[in-house]
This record gives sequence, C-alpha cells and structure tokens, in this order.
Amino acid sequence: MSAVTSLDDHYDVAVIGAGPAGLAAATVTATAGLSTVVLDDNPAPGGQVWRAVTTTPVQDRRVLGDDYWKGQEIVQAFQASGAKHALGAAVWSLSREREIGVSFGGGARMLEARRVVIASGALERPFPIPGWTLPGVMSVGGAQTLLKASGLVPGGRVVLAGAGPLLWLFAHQMLQAGGQIHAILDTSDRAGWRAALKHAMPFVTSPYLVKGLKLMAGVRRRVRLLTGVTSLAAGGRNKVEAVIFRQGSEGGQRMAADMLLLHQGVVPNVNLAMAAGVEHHWDAQQLCFVPVLDTFGGTGIEGVAIAGDGAGIAGAEAAVERGRLAGIAAVRALKGDTGKLPDETASRKVLAKYDGARAFLDTLYRPSRGFRIPAGDTIVCRCEEVTAQQVIDNVRIGCTGPNQLKSFLRCGMGPCQGRMCGLTVTELIAETRGVTPAEIGYYRLRPPVKPIALAELASMPKTESDVTAVVRI
Amino acid sequence: MFQRVGKSEASVIISVDGTRVTARAGDTVAAALLAAGLTSTRTTPISGTPRAPYCMMGVCFECLVTIDDVGNRQGCLIPVSEGMRVDTQKGKREAGR
Amino acid sequence: MAMTIQQRDYATPQRRDYDTVVVGGGLLGASIAWGLARGGERVALLDEGDTAIRASRANFALVWVQSKGLGMPEYAGWTIRSSDAWAGFAAEVTDVTGLDVAFERTGGFSLCLSEREVEHRAQTLKRLHNQPGIVDYDAKMMERSEIERMLPAIGPEVVGGSFCPLDGHVNSLRLLRALHTGLAKLGAHYLPDHRVDAIAQRAGGFALMTGAGEVRAAKVVLAAGNANMTLAPMVGLKAPMRPERGQIIVTERLQPFLKHPVVTVRQTDEGTVMIGDSKEEGITPEGTNMGIAAVEADRALRMFPVLKTVNVVRTWTGVRVMTQDGFPIYDQSETHPGAFVACCHSGVTLAANHALTIAPMIAKGALDLDIVGAFSAKRF
Repeated sequence: MSAVTSLDDHYDVAVIGAGPAGLAAATVTATAGLSTVVLDDNPAPGGQVWRAVTTTPVQDRRVLGDDYWKGQEIVQAFQASGAKHALGAAVWSLSREREIGVSFGGGARMLEARRVVIASGALERPFPIPGWTLPGVMSVGGAQTLLKASGLVPGGRVVLAGAGPLLWLFAHQMLQAGGQIHAILDTSDRAGWRAALKHAMPFVTSPYLVKGLKLMAGVRRRVRLLTGVTSLAAGGRNKVEAVIFRQGSEGGQRMAADMLLLHQGVVPNVNLAMAAGVEHHWDAQQLCFVPVLDTFGGTGIEGVAIAGDGAGIAGAEAAVERGRLAGIAAVRALKGDTGKLPDETASRKVLAKYDGARAFLDTLYRPSRGFRIPAGDTIVCRCEEVTAQQVIDNVRIGCTGPNQLKSFLRCGMGPCQGRMCGLTVTELIAETRGVTPAEIGYYRLRPPVKPIALAELASMPKTESDVTAVVRI
Repeated sequence: MFQRVGKSEASVIISVDGTRVTARAGDTVAAALLAAGLTSTRTTPISGTPRAPYCMMGVCFECLVTIDDVGNRQGCLIPVSEGMRVDTQKGKREAGR
Repeated sequence: MAMTIQQRDYATPQRRDYDTVVVGGGLLGASIAWGLARGGERVALLDEGDTAIRASRANFALVWVQSKGLGMPEYAGWTIRSSDAWAGFAAEVTDVTGLDVAFERTGGFSLCLSEREVEHRAQTLKRLHNQPGIVDYDAKMMERSEIERMLPAIGPEVVGGSFCPLDGHVNSLRLLRALHTGLAKLGAHYLPDHRVDAIAQRAGGFALMTGAGEVRAAKVVLAAGNANMTLAPMVGLKAPMRPERGQIIVTERLQPFLKHPVVTVRQTDEGTVMIGDSKEEGITPEGTNMGIAAVEADRALRMFPVLKTVNVVRTWTGVRVMTQDGFPIYDQSETHPGAFVACCHSGVTLAANHALTIAPMIAKGALDLDIVGAFSAKRF
C-alpha cells in the first residue's frame, strides 16, 4: 500500500495532485529510487478523470468506458512504485524555496522537497448564466464525479447544456448507466465548425476522432438535441424548475427541468502555481491563463515544474506523458541519468499526436462570448454574490483590473478564492475597458490557497524574528 | 433526484440535521446528502438564498456543511464515516462551531 | 504573477486643466479629492494601475485614538478631531453615494496576554497622557473581569488590557469604493494608470507628466504614500519616509461574536475576522511570511479561543505609509506656491480630517498653521 498516515519533513520529490500527471510523475521518480510523496485532497487516487477508479461501485465497464478504466493501470503502477500517497492532504502554500504547507490528518505542517511537481489539473470553466446558483444546477463534471465515486445518476428531467467533449462523454456514460436525458442544449458556436476545419488534418489522424464521433452519434440517437443555443438561463424559486433558452435569433423557449447540468470546457487550476509566483500568460486560443514552462514543464522557480492540465489543457493521455517528462527531469536533476528512466522520445511522440488535435477541439468548442461574459444581474462571484452589472459599474468608475475590483466589490474574496469567477472577471473587465484579457491580468493570489483553520496556521513554526514582528514590548 | 446504480457497498449510517441517513461506504458527505434527497445543503451568508453542491471536486465551496460540530467543511472532499453528524448551515457560520 | 499592464488612456478626461490635481488614488488622496470636489473645485485624481502597492487595500480599518501621539501631543488632538468628525463624514459619504461604510464608534481594546504586556501597556498610556500639552481623553487600563463583561469571548490567557471609548472602525474597502463612487458623482476625474514621472511649474500652476500624458492644474496635492518621498522634492517639499511591511490574516464570514474592535483582531460588518498587525521594515509587499502569520494567528487564538476551527481565507502583506518619525506630514511649498504634500499612516482614522479640514484649506490655497502647523516637514 502506498497510502501513508504521517508525513516526513523532507522528500526528494513532492507531487501535488494524484491525477494522471501526478501519478505518472511520481511513478517515474519513485521507481528511480527518489523518495516521493503525492499530496492530494481527494479521498482516493485518480484525480478527476479517473476519480474513484480503485473504489467505484460502477463495475459494469461499459458505463464509464475504456478510457476511464485505463486509469487502473496507471494507479497500479504508481502503487507499486514505492511512492507515498497522502490521501485527503490539502496543499495550501508553496514557497520559492519549495516549502509546502499542507493540512493532513487533522493538522497543518510544512515539508520540504528538492523537486516539486504541481499536477493540480483542471477545473471546469465558469458558466455564469442567470440562475446558475440555484440548487439543481450543477456542473457536468460534478455530476460525473457523483456517478464515478458513488454510482449516483441524476433523475427526473435532466437537461445538459453547454459544449465540449466532457459533456458528450458524460451524456454517454449517463445513458449507459440507465439514466435518462431530457434534452441536450448545445451552445457551441456554429461558426466554430468552419473555423475548426483548418485544424482538421491533425485531428483526423488523432485518437480523438473515432472515439468522439462514435460517442456523439450514440448520444444523438437517444437524446433530443437542440443546437445553436445562444442564450440560457435557469429559472426557479428555491431550485431549478425550468431552463429558458434561445436558439439562434429565434424567440425564447422554456423547458421544464429538474436538473440542469452545465459545462463549457475546462481550464487550468492555477491557484497554487500563481500564489507560488509562477509566471502565467493569457492563452488567446484556450481563453485562460497558462503557466510559462520549458519543455519538461519546468517553471521559472528553481525545482518547481507543472505537469498535466494545469500546464495548459491537453487531456488525460497527454497529462500522463507530461507527468513522465516532469518526472524524468526531476530524476536527471537529482540523480543524473540512471538508466531506470522511461523513454523520453516515446512520451514526446504521444504528446505531439494529442497537441496536433487540440487546436481543432479548442476551436470547435470555443465557448461563445455570451456564455463567458455575462451581463446584468447574473452572478459572477458565487461566494460574494457579485453581479456582472456591479463589475461593469465599478470598472466605469475606475477599477482598471481585478485587484482593485476585489477591494471594491469583494469578488474573488470568498472561500473559493476566485476559482469560480476569476476568468469571468478578467474577461468582463477587458471587454468593458476595450482591452485584451492579457492586459488585465488575474487576481493576485496569496496563501493559503485553500482555507485552513486558524489553529492550523497558529501551529506553524515561528522564529524569534517572527515573534518580534508581532509582539512589541 | 439521484438514483443509485452499481453494486451495493457496505452501508454507513450518518445523521443529517438529526435524521438517520444511510450512505454508501466511499460516498463523500456531499454525495450522501444528494443521494438522501436533499435539494439544498446550505443558505448563503449574504442573501440567505439556498445552494447545493456544484462542482464536487473541492473548487466551488458550495457544499459547505457542519460536520461533527465544525462548520464550513467541504462536504465533497470528506468521506462519510459511521456515526458522523452532518448539519446543514443557514447563513454565516457561528464562531466556535 | 508577473504581468505588465500597458499604460492606457483609459478614463479619458474631458479636460486636462484642473483647479487641483491630487496625486494618489488611495484613501488619503481620495478623501482630499472628495473634500475639494464637494467644495466645487474641478479636481483630477491621478493614480497608478491595478497592481499598485496600495496601503488602502491592505489596512486594518480602525478609526483609532488610544496610543496615538506619544512623542507628538498634537497628533493625539488631530486624531481625536477626526474621530469626532467621522460620524458626520460617514453620513455625508452615504448621502452622496448610497453606500454604508459601516462606521462604528464602539470603543476599542488593546489586549494583553501577560502581566509584562499589561505593565508595558500601562506605561505607554501613562507616558502618552503625561506629555505636556496633550488633550485629555478617556483611555484606561482594564482588569480582565471588566473586559470579560464587554468581550465575553476572551480566552483565559487574557490578563488585562486598555480601553478607549473613542475607538471604532469602518469598512475601509467599502470606504475606498464609496469615495471613488462619490468622486465620479461629484464630477471629479479619476485617472488611473497615470503614474507621475515629473512635475513642472508653469504659469498659473503645474504640469504633471504622466505615463498617459500631461495633466495641468493650478494646485497640486501629493498624496502618493511612500512615493511622496520622490515626488515632494519636485515641488520644493520633502517627505522623509520609512515604509513598513505589515501582514494581515482574514477569515471566512462568521455570525457576530465581537462587539468591540481589538487593535489586533476585529470583526468586520460583513462577518469576516481580520487579524494583524505585524511590523517589519521594508517596502516590497511580495511574499507572505508564514511564521509571522503563525504568530498573529496564535495570539488571536489565545485572545479568542472560539476562533480555533475558523478558516483562514487569505493572508496578505501590505506596506504602511510611514514618515520617519511616524507622525503625519502636511506641508505647503514656499518655492512652488500651490503645491502641497500630505503623508500619513492613518488614512482611515484621519479620512474625516482630510475631507473636511485639509481639503478646504487647500481650496483656499494655504494650510491653516494653527491647526496643522505642527505637522510641517520642517521638523525633520
């Protein structure tokens, strides 16, 4: 068993995140004989894509599909590698000196590593529509997690809305699990198909194509599909009761619903890396901030690498290879070429295949403007209940960016620390000011990047000079 | 609004707002609450409107609940355990609970 | 995250020619601009951009009297004047903007966790109040039992403390927003991304060279925090500064549990608990020192054990605007008539004075030395 109940003070390698990239990186470094720990706040290995792959009650393999079960092999290799796994460990800070603040087993502590691989993966892009805070509205990824980890299938009139491969994959899985989908509202831009065609060649030769088309065709045969959706709202008093939408420029339609599942792609989870001081830039293709990395995922901070979707969205298969590359770099840095390394060229070959196809998917499923940049009373910051109009009004009185806006409106200051509103706020300010999101930037993030109990913070090591900075007698 | 599929695991008894609820071993608290039929699991500290788990992966903090007398815990990250007491929250958390 | 924001002529002003240009869009500059705009002046407020080092976004939001003025008795009087004016100022802000800045003068505490701290605190208050010429006000030491009646949540380690009924607090972030909201309504021009590089004397006033073009005004007020150090000499003034780093912790929102602010722990009107206040020399706000945060957290917990499992949502480091002796500077230029400088650490406490007392003086063209003469930089 790789799971541990206590942590050491030092490791050769600390990997943050137990998804495809983190497991692959840790497997490489532990196999090479480096002491390796994987820290992850989930109760089981696998990350989101292979969530609960070792424990899922959904044992009929046709439901979650081959790509899901592939994760078993990666998890098994990880468990055999000698790497330690701290389950339920929440990392809340990372310094330039590679000190990691982590809450684990009911207490907080610091540990140090000679190499750190951040593999904190992706999160779903915010989908700020009117009513998206109502109970009964959930992200597609959230519903998928319930299926994988607990065998829960949403019931009643379930409407899926949005765009992106995950939406179709989940629709397929839900149907396989015996669930019923009332309708799918496709928000992808029709122009996206035309634009995507110029990236079609690499896609046709990629592993995505056959799988994707087959899956979509299967779902379309069984579910009512409404395409060209240009506006979307969840209606209801204390829970969702209806979905209100438009197709193209047609009039509004209302569809009774018991659940609305939203998805419009995934974006890198940047909080830890940004708080650590890793430089990020705006990716105009993927419409999100991505870290600036070398070819092994290395950041500008000595000894800190980022692998997997946190390095820019590329999917699980690519994440495994990026994890391996980060692992290889760590082993080379700490041990030299030991000969016990996986084949770097093989990883790069696989990556090239997926990279080529990515442009097609990114263009095809590019979330439309209206679903990224809300207006009026639509809530932007769910924690602090800040609306789009409030953001616009405060930009007009002179908030040039997200940090002043945070002070004025508290958006991004709630417990989610901007994860659910950061991109929306950046794009909304950019649009209101008529400049690019790159010029606006992102919230300045500070530790702890996950909330920790005051007593945990109080238990951290303190030096004499720390005390003098506070106690003045 | 959720149905169970898959093979039945060992069950775990928890209490939710004082009511006995049977969950599956391996469920997170948030999953157990949704499986038990709760529509909303808290009201917000600002407007008092109802909310429910949204992301199920520790990102959105919508699933905050009081677990064994400690408030604002992320229900989607914490596995259920036998005898656990879960309370849904109304508005702001109390200091000391 | 390193990201450069290019200078943009963003909120394009209608004019580039003002009665007064105020340099610095934080609480100090915005309060003075507020007072000037309320008095009918055509005002421009120049500011840096979104990532400026901004004390107004990092402060502790106390309107605080006790302990102010040791070493300069006039500072105690000046502080009390603002504290007395605050309720009226808060009402005026609400009147103009519709925003409630949550000013409360509940009286505030400084809590001691050992007999040694009690003794030190008592000595400080005694020395403060024994100064010749100090205004007499109520600030006293309290026994633990008396404190406990007012703050039932205190822990067993609190042995005593001091209390001053004049102390209070506001929501300082909402104050910053309200001042900016009001300035827009009062017709002042807020010009962000206008970092001032040079100031030249021109016929009838000043020309300020900024990254986004030139701005002209008859008068100029330097309210740029620690940057006044380099700006003041451009108009024949000086502002010797000694910036200080300070760290603050903030928690999630809680039900009200703390009726009176403590100098290091306060509950905001929104329910969050702020915990401070460390001091280190330095001007870079980069990087939170976890050790310092740990000491702050530990002391807050010993004062209020009820906070044990409360979640910390953020920590941050700010830079205090500090003059070399810690007291404010208000000065006017002899060589460049119409140029003023204002520096102070307490942009929240003194906001009422800045809007209601300093601004009218500037509007008239001269500081009233009977009121603020003690704060001239000539003392350095």
